[in-house]
Amino acid sequence: MNNKLLSETSEWTFELIEKYHKEIARIAGNFGLDTYPVQLEIITAEQMMDAYASIGMPIVYSHWSFGKEFVRNEARYKKGQMGLAYEIVINSNPCIAYLMEENTMTMQALVIAHAAYGHNSFFKNNYLFTTWTSADSIIDYLLFAKNYIAQCEERYGETQVEEILDSCHALRNFGVDRYKRPSRLSMQEEQARQKVREEYLQSQINELWRTIPAKEVLSKAKNDWQFPKEPQENILYFIEKNAPFLEPWQREIVRIVRRIAQYFYPQRQTQVMNEGWATFWHYTLLNQLYAEGLVTDGFMIEFLQSHTNVIHQPAFDSKYYSGINPYALGFAMMTDIRRICENPTDEDRHWFPDIAGSDWNKTLHFAMQNFKDESFIGQYLSPKVIRDFKLFSILDDYNESEIAVTSIHNERGYQYIRQVLSEQYNLGSNEPNIQVYDVDRKGDRTLTLRHMQYHGMPLDKSINEVLKHVVRLWGFDVQLETVSEANSIIHIFECKH
Amino acid sequence: MVNKVIQIVDRRLNGKNKSAVNRQKFIHRFRSQIKKAVADAINKRGVTDLDKGEKVSIPAKDTSEPFFHHGEGGYRERIHPGNKEFQQGDKIARPEESSGRGNEASNSGEGQDEFIFELTREEFLNFFFEDLELPNLVKTRLAAINETKKVRAGHTSDGIPSNINVIRSLRNALGRRIALRAPYYDSLIEAEKQLEELLKHYDETDTVVIMLQKEIEQLKAKIARVPFIDTFDLRYDNRVDRPKPVTQAVMFCIMDISGSMGTDEKDIAKRFFMLLYLFLVKTYEKIQVIFISHHTEAHEVDEETFFYSRETGGTVVSSALNLMSTIIQQRFPTSQWNIYAAQASDGDNWDNDSRECTKIMSEKIMPYMQYYAYIEITGDTNKNLWQEYLTLKDQWKNFAMQRIETLTDIYPVFRKLFEKKNA
Repeated sequence: MNNKLLSETSEWTFELIEKYHKEIARIAGNFGLDTYPVQLEIITAEQMMDAYASIGMPIVYSHWSFGKEFVRNEARYKKGQMGLAYEIVINSNPCIAYLMEENTMTMQALVIAHAAYGHNSFFKNNYLFTTWTSADSIIDYLLFAKNYIAQCEERYGETQVEEILDSCHALRNFGVDRYKRPSRLSMQEEQARQKVREEYLQSQINELWRTIPAKEVLSKAKNDWQFPKEPQENILYFIEKNAPFLEPWQREIVRIVRRIAQYFYPQRQTQVMNEGWATFWHYTLLNQLYAEGLVTDGFMIEFLQSHTNVIHQPAFDSKYYSGINPYALGFAMMTDIRRICENPTDEDRHWFPDIAGSDWNKTLHFAMQNFKDESFIGQYLSPKVIRDFKLFSILDDYNESEIAVTSIHNERGYQYIRQVLSEQYNLGSNEPNIQVYDVDRKGDRTLTLRHMQYHGMPLDKSINEVLKHVVRLWGFDVQLETVSEANSIIHIFECKH
Repeated sequence: MVNKVIQIVDRRLNGKNKSAVNRQKFIHRFRSQIKKAVADAINKRGVTDLDKGEKVSIPAKDTSEPFFHHGEGGYRERIHPGNKEFQQGDKIARPEESSGRGNEASNSGEGQDEFIFELTREEFLNFFFEDLELPNLVKTRLAAINETKKVRAGHTSDGIPSNINVIRSLRNALGRRIALRAPYYDSLIEAEKQLEELLKHYDETDTVVIMLQKEIEQLKAKIARVPFIDTFDLRYDNRVDRPKPVTQAVMFCIMDISGSMGTDEKDIAKRFFMLLYLFLVKTYEKIQVIFISHHTEAHEVDEETFFYSRETGGTVVSSALNLMSTIIQQRFPTSQWNIYAAQASDGDNWDNDSRECTKIMSEKIMPYMQYYAYIEITGDTNKNLWQEYLTLKDQWKNFAMQRIETLTDIYPVFRKLFEKKNA
């Protein structure tokens, strides 16, 4: 019997979690993973469902939509249709990872390796996260938001607050800056600033709407009057700063939703990478535990079984197919980069002359730090992974009665598939491109949004519902113009106040 | 560089109902839809089947949260895994579901148009009570889980120290000591006998004797090592929860099923019966429900027939009262049963039968009743049965009657019932 074993049964205890964590942390350190301090929280299944409902935020303001998520999950969980994911991890400093009490020791170790070391190091080092999120202050900010919104409910009534939140949620994907970096603020600063901002903003808005334009201005061409000068991509930001009749507290709520959306924006752009990275490291770290004789065969079998489930990719014609599994693709790509570094073939040398034969850990870290899904796939998707997944591209043109296979996993297709897949992860082309185009400041203050059409895709029928929310926030009529790729306005949706 | 600072926090004892507020908000927002679902559920449920939660489904389009996204149309190129026989340039018929996009495969049987979730028992009852305009005190009493009482129930091998039963534990210890020591005692007695024998022939210093003495020492030590008391000797007093009410009741539901009672009337009647049942459930441990339907004749029927069958023709109320009286005499001696009755009718009756009814009620029924509630579901006043029953109302304190047009009118008929502290 090997006396180095950390444990032999599947029961976990606090001491064991500490022992496993110590070993995993040591090995992670040897591999050069750079992480925030770790905070492991033991929770029950019910609490995990709470965490699910609040989209993984440890603290969240109250809103019916989170209740909806909760009752939906609860019903499905009770019917046995849904297992609970065993990991939720918060991009915060310290990095919070949840361990469910029902899990075996093996699963706890897997979660520690996956979440507390994999995701954690990704959060701390990927450029999108370091640029756009501030792990140090997020918990504080969420707490501020929760308290602020609770106060508003008390002061202005739950219905009022709910209406504003509903409308903001409808636009939350359009409440992110893609290029400009937001500031970092803690809760105290945020509260202090919030007061000042309230007064200042209100005065600014009054300024904007105050003047009845002088005669000579009126005669000028409309172009000079165009406001905003440049189209604005961050619709919520524009509303927060310019909507004429929002109360200061309503502006603050718009801001809260916008900032939380911004916090989650990097996660939406790095699914494949983030999960791939975390999966690659739990696999590597736990295998190292085994190699050092610290865990039993039973531990490994249980781990591998669940690992295999996680990275399973059903084929397109399977009834379980629901798109490409980010864990599967991410893990395969990370593993393949290591392979290309360590055992490059001629094909690899041809496709990846820079990394073939290089130090795998350095290369992998570089990839993790400097890419998002779109560019990561564009850069690193190898012919081998395309072959392994038997990837093929389908062109679905609604003008044709049939769909067409445009490329498959062969010599001619590799480059094409890589490009299409990369585009598939480009949020910019998945979401409609809608920007604030104009405000009719002279006339009836109508807000005009512009939808720049992409690939001829129209907006969904629900567009009118969304526009109602925009109207509620803006306070005046709103219209949305769809501009075709040939640059002519082909459709106008209108929504009256 | 890895920061090895680690913190393990046990959150399990923190409130698990973090989502309760949001859940309430959700339910509040979709009140009208849920109410409709609950009303449907009540129609499907039996009178006695009220005390549990309910799976509710409401139209998904009501609960959806709109956001800007692409609809069908245009062209898209997507990558899929698992190619088998496709070649570049192949044309394929478009699959039913546009593949890859918003693909919420529902092999669960859960329709995409429905949003399904579960109401808890409390939430369900709240919706049930809502239309009835019950006073809060009554709502609380009906919704409260029965109080229980701890009663002794033998002994267990597991429990808390304060429940240790000393006598039984020591008795077990004694038994165990006897059982475990017995083989050693046997050997000891054997050995001592041998020693006695040996000492007759050998000297005390001889090896044989010393060996045997050593063995005796060892046996004595073994006997001494059997512990005086051990954890598995312990016995604890066992206490179990037992619901407090111990009596039984029978509830008669009497309804006119002649043609004049339509679906709406029957629906009101059903809630009326349910409310009485709910009250009885809180008060009595065992309840039997008897359904009597009548037109010109009365029959004891099952619940299904009671609510859904429909007869044409006239109405003779006394037939039902006679039947009830007979059933009480045959099956429910008042010494053993608390008898409740709820009667629903549209008030139509043969003219000279109403007087007959009052007579039967006064003589054969009311003396045995805990409570008798009568509702007349009609907009029309001055039906003859009502007039007759008014005389009963003055005579009997446990008789209540109410004319009902909407659900909100139901409660007053039970007012007196719920006023009592303990029925």
